[in-house]
Amino acid sequence: MDLKEKLVSSFLAFENKGGLDMDSNVHSIRLNAIQNFEKEGFPTRKDEEWKYTSLRPLLKHDFSLFPSNEEAIEFKNIEKYLINEIESYTLIFVDGVFSSHLSSTTHDECDVCVLSSALTRPKYKMIVDNYFNTIAKNNNSLSELNTAFTKEGVFINIPKNTVLAKPIQIINFSTGSENEILLQPRNLIVVGENSHVQIIERHQNLSKNTTLTNAVTEIFVNKRAIVDYYKIQNDTENSSLIDSTFVSQKQQSVASVNTYSFGGNITRNNLEFYHEGEHITSNLNGISILNGKQHVDNHTLVNHKFPNCESHELYKGIYAEKSTGVFNGKVIVQQAAQKTNAFQQNNNIIIDDGATINAKPQLEIFADDVKCSHGCTIGQLDESALFYMQSRGIPKKEAQALLLFAFGNDVVEKIKIPQLKTRITKLIAKNLGVNLGFEL
Amino acid sequence: MLEVKNLHASINNKEILKGINLEIKAGEVHAIMGPNGSGKSTLSAVIAGKEDYEVTAGSIILNGEDLEDLAPEERAHKGVFLSFQYPVEIPGVTVTNFIKTAINESRKAKGLEELPAKDMLKLIREKADLLEIDRKFLSRSLNEGFSGGEKKRNEIFQMAMLEPKLAILDETDSGLDIDALKVVANGVNKLKSKDNAVIVITHYQRLLDYIVPDFVHVLYNGKIVKSGGKELALELEAKGYDWLK
Repeated sequence: MDLKEKLVSSFLAFENKGGLDMDSNVHSIRLNAIQNFEKEGFPTRKDEEWKYTSLRPLLKHDFSLFPSNEEAIEFKNIEKYLINEIESYTLIFVDGVFSSHLSSTTHDECDVCVLSSALTRPKYKMIVDNYFNTIAKNNNSLSELNTAFTKEGVFINIPKNTVLAKPIQIINFSTGSENEILLQPRNLIVVGENSHVQIIERHQNLSKNTTLTNAVTEIFVNKRAIVDYYKIQNDTENSSLIDSTFVSQKQQSVASVNTYSFGGNITRNNLEFYHEGEHITSNLNGISILNGKQHVDNHTLVNHKFPNCESHELYKGIYAEKSTGVFNGKVIVQQAAQKTNAFQQNNNIIIDDGATINAKPQLEIFADDVKCSHGCTIGQLDESALFYMQSRGIPKKEAQALLLFAFGNDVVEKIKIPQLKTRITKLIAKNLGVNLGFEL
Repeated sequence: MLEVKNLHASINNKEILKGINLEIKAGEVHAIMGPNGSGKSTLSAVIAGKEDYEVTAGSIILNGEDLEDLAPEERAHKGVFLSFQYPVEIPGVTVTNFIKTAINESRKAKGLEELPAKDMLKLIREKADLLEIDRKFLSRSLNEGFSGGEKKRNEIFQMAMLEPKLAILDETDSGLDIDALKVVANGVNKLKSKDNAVIVITHYQRLLDYIVPDFVHVLYNGKIVKSGGKELALELEAKGYDWLK
């Protein structure tokens, strides 16, 4: 039985045993979603949007869908994956199951808790009805698959006029309790008017076993709200991630999603921004530093629908050994979206001959009074710059690293949490195999 | 200090240096002059160890040690410094961070501990003051958006920090107005001592008014065709190079 059949045939059992007292609305959303998934199946390279990323090798695995063993992990085993230098709310999931003893949630100034509770408690019914699966709906078959099996994930509900002093850290661990596991976390984040939240998200495999994560996150940013979202992707070589993050923004809001991809087997980031008002700012930043046979595919969409909005997109990639990268950045400026400022930049460095980058900027502009630009470069390290640094006594490896640091610096500079910036800087240095005596 | 013996070097199988002989003692300043394409910049790049060039014959000996098999950074650790004609811009790395890295890498190579941050800062300030460099300048990205004068002054600042035994100034005067030229020359003169040596590579006499050489060599078609005292530079200025060809 292939994975698709297995998933479809497991659906009924999942629905019945779910144990969650979900209302009929959610049931019908899930039912609809599994039907869509059954119709479309997994994407193949024949799909234009999947031309450069093949899921085929992943789908051969006999994934366990509902882990039976519960693996208890202790805080000391996971501590290093948290940014511990700052106080934060934490939401820790272990093999798809929420771990309350490792987490720190709240219902005081806002709700930072789990989706399973939001889906079952009457007090959240209105929010769920208003928001859940409204942007992810009918988007792609993988999101549909996630929707069909929606069970657990993060629920963040920030009321209006709330500036969260503590960032929220979300980590999805897999323990290897099953040989091959499919995880499908589902996150719903609603940020009220004038509110501000910072979120750090990470997926981490603690074993050498195979993990495939098919995650969906919906983020709703209401009027004048600010959301800073950071994705750290530094997983093991047996871990693959399909991440679909959808952001819907109301007027004058600012949403930034920063994606740091340093590891994993196959990583696919679908990141989509939808504008529902004027004077919106959307920021998309990403840096990929890959080696081995790692593959990262950044697929972004900014859909400008209203006038006077702006989007800033900056993706950088450093590809060594046999790694491959994909950048597909689509910007749509609809006819009504006059006075749009949309900027997109994608710069790549290929270190070794075996590495590949497929870059595809896509601009569809239907309005006539806009400023839009895009730039895409693929290059190698500047030999004269290397010689310059070597001639000052900096060994070649360090000189290379310094140049690559400098290359990625403007993306790292976007990080607004200093402790996170330090962490990312260290991760970059580690990935480049150097120990630099300073932080940029 | 430096002995260049019968040095032949080529790039892409084209021979540029065709047998250079040069001996430089500690405390001396040597000027190398010559028309465009005579091999001046090649000579400096070959001494500094640029890998694009292939040394086909001869040797470069620094303080008794053959440099042939040494990487550029290893030569730097032995005391070779090349001031670039066109210093490279490195956005995102500040002047301070760059020089810190350079100093500490060099110390590491010599088996020394990293210089404590406090001492480093003190040293940086001391040398910046010596060269009349604004402190703000030190936190700018290396050479990015620097004027021609600022780039050259930054080169001399790095030289001051690294305290090389042999400094090669490759066309340090190009792109400088007379005031900037004086500042840069002044810096070099302050750093000169009886223990180090300087090679000044230039087209023109004017830099040599400020950095006075003990010897002047004329390079033409990959060979030194004439050597003399500082008066040779004046003669070249008056007569050009044609009479030497």
